[in-house]
Amino acid sequence: ELERKLRANDRDFNLSFRYATNAIKTSKYNLFSFLPLNLFEQFQRIANAYFLVLLVLQVIPQISSLSWFTTVVPLILVLSVTAAKDATDDIVRNSSRSSFRQSFRVYEPSSPCLSLDFQADLLLLSSSEPLNLVYVETAELDGETNLKVRQALPVTGELGEDMEKLADFNGEVRCEPPNNRLDRFTGTLVFGGQKYSLDNEKILLRGCTLRNTEWCFGLVLFQSSCWSSAPRRVQDPIFGFLAVMCVVLAIGNYIWETKEGSGFTAFLPRDDGISAGFSTFLTFWSYIIILNTVVPISLYVSVEIIRLGNSFYIDWDRKMYHAHSDTPAEARTTTLNEELGQIKYVFSDKTGTLTQNIMVFNKCSINGKSYGTVAPPTSHRNAVDFSFNPLADPRFVFHDRSLVEAVKLENPEVHTFFRLLALCHTVMAEEKTEGELFYQAQSPDEGALVTAARNFGFVFRSRTPDSICIVEMGKQLSYELLAILDFNNVRKRMSVIVRGPEGKLSLYCKGADTIIYEKLHPSCRKLMDITTEHLNEFAGEGLRTLALAYKDLGEEDFREWKQRHHEASTSLDDREGKLDQLYEEIETDLLLLGATAIEDKLQDGVPQTIEQLAKADIKVWVLTGDKQETAENIGYSCNLLREEMNEVFVVSGNSGDEVQQELRNALSSMKPEAAENSVFLSDATSGKGAKAEDEAVNGDYGLVINGHSLAYALESSMELDFLRTACLCKAVICCRVTPLQKAQVVELVKTYKRAVTLAIGDGANDVSMIKAAHIGVGISGQEGMQAVLSSDYSFAQFRFLQRLLLVHGRWSYLRMCKFLRYFFYKNFTFTFVHFWFGFFCGFSAQTVYDEWFITLYNLMYTALPVLGMGLFDQDVNSSWSFQYPQLYVPGQRNLYFSKKAFFKCALHSCYSSLVLFFIPYAALQDTVRDDGKDVADYQSFALLTQTCLMFMSYWTAVNTFFVLGSLAMYFAVTFTLYSNGMFYILPAAFPFIGTARNSLSQPNVWLTVLLTSILCVLPVVTYRFLLTQLCPTINEKVRQAKATPPPPSQRARIRRTSSRRSGYAFSHAQGYGDLVTSGRYLRRPPMPRPSGFVNMGRATTGFSPMGRSAGYSPTGRSQNTKAPDVEVTSLQMFRTIPDPAL
Amino acid sequence: MKEEGNLENRPSNTAFTQQRLPAWQPMLSAGVVIPGFLVIGLAFIGIGVGLLITSRSIQVLELDYTGTETNSPCNKCTTLPIQNNCVCKLNFTIDTLFKGPVFFYYSLTNYFQSQRKYGASLDYNQLSGDLTYFKSPASDCDPYRYANGKPIVPCGSLANSMFNDTFKLYQIVNGKENLVPFDGKGIAWWTDYNIKYRNPDYSPLENAFNDTEKPVFWSKPAYKLDTSDSSNNGFVNQDFLVWMRRAALPNFRKLYRRITEGDYKDGLPVGNYSLEISYNYPVKSFDGTKKATFSNVSWMGGQNEFLGIAYLAIGSMCVVMSVVMLIVYAKFRFPEDD
Repeated sequence: ELERKLRANDRDFNLSFRYATNAIKTSKYNLFSFLPLNLFEQFQRIANAYFLVLLVLQVIPQISSLSWFTTVVPLILVLSVTAAKDATDDIVRNSSRSSFRQSFRVYEPSSPCLSLDFQADLLLLSSSEPLNLVYVETAELDGETNLKVRQALPVTGELGEDMEKLADFNGEVRCEPPNNRLDRFTGTLVFGGQKYSLDNEKILLRGCTLRNTEWCFGLVLFQSSCWSSAPRRVQDPIFGFLAVMCVVLAIGNYIWETKEGSGFTAFLPRDDGISAGFSTFLTFWSYIIILNTVVPISLYVSVEIIRLGNSFYIDWDRKMYHAHSDTPAEARTTTLNEELGQIKYVFSDKTGTLTQNIMVFNKCSINGKSYGTVAPPTSHRNAVDFSFNPLADPRFVFHDRSLVEAVKLENPEVHTFFRLLALCHTVMAEEKTEGELFYQAQSPDEGALVTAARNFGFVFRSRTPDSICIVEMGKQLSYELLAILDFNNVRKRMSVIVRGPEGKLSLYCKGADTIIYEKLHPSCRKLMDITTEHLNEFAGEGLRTLALAYKDLGEEDFREWKQRHHEASTSLDDREGKLDQLYEEIETDLLLLGATAIEDKLQDGVPQTIEQLAKADIKVWVLTGDKQETAENIGYSCNLLREEMNEVFVVSGNSGDEVQQELRNALSSMKPEAAENSVFLSDATSGKGAKAEDEAVNGDYGLVINGHSLAYALESSMELDFLRTACLCKAVICCRVTPLQKAQVVELVKTYKRAVTLAIGDGANDVSMIKAAHIGVGISGQEGMQAVLSSDYSFAQFRFLQRLLLVHGRWSYLRMCKFLRYFFYKNFTFTFVHFWFGFFCGFSAQTVYDEWFITLYNLMYTALPVLGMGLFDQDVNSSWSFQYPQLYVPGQRNLYFSKKAFFKCALHSCYSSLVLFFIPYAALQDTVRDDGKDVADYQSFALLTQTCLMFMSYWTAVNTFFVLGSLAMYFAVTFTLYSNGMFYILPAAFPFIGTARNSLSQPNVWLTVLLTSILCVLPVVTYRFLLTQLCPTINEKVRQAKATPPPPSQRARIRRTSSRRSGYAFSHAQGYGDLVTSGRYLRRPPMPRPSGFVNMGRATTGFSPMGRSAGYSPTGRSQNTKAPDVEVTSLQMFRTIPDPAL
Repeated sequence: MKEEGNLENRPSNTAFTQQRLPAWQPMLSAGVVIPGFLVIGLAFIGIGVGLLITSRSIQVLELDYTGTETNSPCNKCTTLPIQNNCVCKLNFTIDTLFKGPVFFYYSLTNYFQSQRKYGASLDYNQLSGDLTYFKSPASDCDPYRYANGKPIVPCGSLANSMFNDTFKLYQIVNGKENLVPFDGKGIAWWTDYNIKYRNPDYSPLENAFNDTEKPVFWSKPAYKLDTSDSSNNGFVNQDFLVWMRRAALPNFRKLYRRITEGDYKDGLPVGNYSLEISYNYPVKSFDGTKKATFSNVSWMGGQNEFLGIAYLAIGSMCVVMSVVMLIVYAKFRFPEDD
């Protein structure tokens, strides 16, 4: 598909192209189609089809070694259980989808202030705002929280909200097919005979949130049709094993037929035309039927039930319930629980996942005095009372009264400080009703600063293109806005020049401390030193800092400067450079006012969680759309990067060679010997099948890589270098990455590391990553639903991840492995007995057990104990899992169900079956009332008893009840089936009448049962005991230690290190100031905007190297001060991977 | 900050949903395992000794009468055609009193009653007396389903191959043969005799078998199996029932008669005996052997030394293991650390 064509309001035309339609199909079945469709689907599953084949085999009389009911009863049971589950799933899905759908009213006017998520890519037609502008937030797409502007074509804008006109709109759109590029769009609109070009400006991408706009109309371009993530399943390698056994027995049959059978024909004549060879063939199939119990159908059902149960535990867990947002955790998939116990890599989003995306004005330093204390969370006691200020924001909390006192005492520096905050910004204010102010800030940082000023009595109330209206300590004042010296990533500061109400001209400037310090008047030297101290202190607490300065301007100087400014801004060549120089000129000899400290609030418990995950040997990679400094800051404050790390490498090269060099350097400083051998794949071929080995390295390292460098690093020539370097590091942070890159990083690790990966995020920009990873986790309870919808698990807080992995994941994995081992053990043992019996029945596929016993063995006699274990077993309780995160490690290595474990299990069952067959064989041979069949039944009885005893380590009342219940059931059912009544009803089906009472009255039968049970259990007990004594595993040590009460849960605050690392990350992009001053609100632009993205006060979506923050290095090292190319390189267009999410 | 207004989605706080069910977690600690092994070991040794003594007290006398050796008195019968009523006599001596009640068995070896098709070759409905199956036996009975155009009753290989040697035991007192009385009642399972196998409700029984054929190998029809006792005929004939209860292993033993009457109530006294066998059943084709066995029983059934020996062996192994484990625990145990 090279091009997509669609015509508005012309359904037939559009449908002719078979694009995915708008309709969201909610349910799979209806009342009538359910049975056939569901059955068809079920029989597509290999297991069910296998049992159907078995059933067919059993109908053939020459082959049938078991009655049909032995397969039919379980099969029907399984099919009906699965069908019931599918039906409820469908009903649940249906109801959740329809409620979900109602929240999208893309075409309808939306009420103001209501944020609206777009669910399709739209072409903007018209909007409520002047000039057909709309404001959108793209945080879900690229992590940028600032508002962006989109503008409709004037010709479509005229449609307004006139429904008739809109309905008649017949424009035809030709555009590129759906792709992953967020920053570019090409297409044309043909309308009224005219052709208009369409670019990104006019497109509202799916996942954007509409802000500050009353309504807009759009034309749906692309609609995704796929939500669900592909299910993953485990395949069984046991069928081969089954075939081998059958072949051996069939060969045995051939030998028997030729040697013994021919002599025995007197009593058992051969059927016509059945030679020894043909009989061998038939025997093979007969044994396939008998030995199918190695992979009984109930396995699949039991696995489903256990998974379902463990999913419910996740849903029910109160410790993963977030009371604040009333959001419980939700397991949206039931098939992945055990993989939660094997996670090696966690890929996390930052904004909204690690952080709350709330900026809090926490501290400040004004004229050499530090204000503010970080109060313990949820404490209101020391909060400042802002009741003196009717315009104060009630949500703002500050914990130092002395600052309010200073404001009330009219301390001039303090006043200037807050005046600056109220004036120097690009925030928009809205006042719906008197006194109710809403700020629309480009970045939450700015919003926090302006809100702080508001509460301290300097209320920013409204702005026009050339004035700012503020309320200073109750007095309404208007400042004339003369110039905005906007932020860019080289300047790392912004200033405004205003004329005060008294006519005084002032320049107010805020910016990165290092930059501001260079611009200060020498008289500030002393203040600088004190402020620097405060800045260090703030930064040490993980706060984002910003220095503030001002100066008064002379009327004459300014007029002259303004003149030159005007010339520069209208000059045609090198306008930017000239303006920068002018700004530079006027921003000199500033007077330092102080500094602000803003906390990018982490979610509760994030550092502790990350520390726990690290202890559990889970590698956490943060993939964020944020700028490097922001990301690094968060990395430090959430304990991902630590001061005591040997080194934190920063990769931010702008060319392939540079990036490669940086990666190699990092590698060689971690592992000097590693640079030599560039091959680290296990096989020499670097094909997709290769597996990258885990390497160990001394010391802790961290890696920070920039988005544009990542684009190079992910090229096929370099991806292994990147992977190798990154995997040696304890922590990896990728910043300014696009959603696609997130997915690529996940894919890279998944492909080469063969490790189970988990991705966690909250927004639409995380969807691709969530889908790429084995397990996707969505943060729920917030605005966007996209991440949650494509996730496998969802909960409200990042900190719940540790409970999900360390407790639920570990238990699920443990239970599933134990269950599988137990299950295979019991069935192998059960089946092997048939194998041995083959030698004593002429390999004729005669069963040892009663057919009813075979039918019910897995369904009734042994189902509950295994299920009980799969649902209730815990080796250590949850508080110990937290105390010893190392307990998680065996899961990552898949120690509990590896090939070795499986082999051990098979060997053990082989031993048990030998015991179970030959002990009764020897014990009951030639005894009175000799009847081998009865014996065999009681062998199985013995089997049942001892398996239950062996594997259970956690006996809840339920388990005990299940085990005893199963035994009781065995006797009850056995005596019923063997009773007189049943025989009268159906003589052919119950030929075992009387065996139970005849055999169980024999003391030697009981003695044999006792002997076999003990003989099966004792070696295991001995082995385990010796193993525990000689080389205990971590689990055993923990269990030993359990005699002491569990330690109190530690929620101590993580001590922050004191080094200064925090630079204020201006998270808003260049150019918004233009919009404020240009008056484009009111005037149509004189000329078409140039393409590119330096226009129109719009921050680019996707990948923008602009808006880099003050280049403050977290560890004091210098980092690349070079301004990156403003041009987007072709590299950032990336390879296109079909991803329905985008 | 906490505004806990609406908590309707909060999961319930029960021990079950929060996975806090009280539980008992057994630990394989030295304090449990080592004494446990010792106790089990000693108990097993005790049981083993008891079993062995009991088993030793049981007397068994086995006589092979296959007749493959040329000097065997039954050798002559192996060469003759089966139909000829060949009778051979085995003489043997009992040195000590063979305590009663004495059970008399016949044994077959290398005989696969456990073969699936052999075992399935019967019609349970017919054997429970359902006359419709007298007319059309189940297809499982092939090739012993019809003979001479008439349905075979009882049909199938299993019934057809019923063991048909008969035995008579004489004690030789002063050159005179005294017949030792055999008791053939109650040798089959009660359930088989009373429930599983039923004759059709017909009197006389013979009429039910009109238009049916006797099994090919049988010399007389089912309703004439016991001429001396009319109630011991048809499908509830004790010998028939014993035969129809299939043995699980190729070498098996089936009860033929009990010696419980007359002078022999307390056992077989010391003396010379002669076992008269009417040799009908061919086993040569499949290299089988036939034996006649006299045995008495104890509380634990027939003679079987295996169980006693196994209990002794495992018991001693447990004791040894407990000592080994004690040594390991004391000397080599992994140092405790935290």
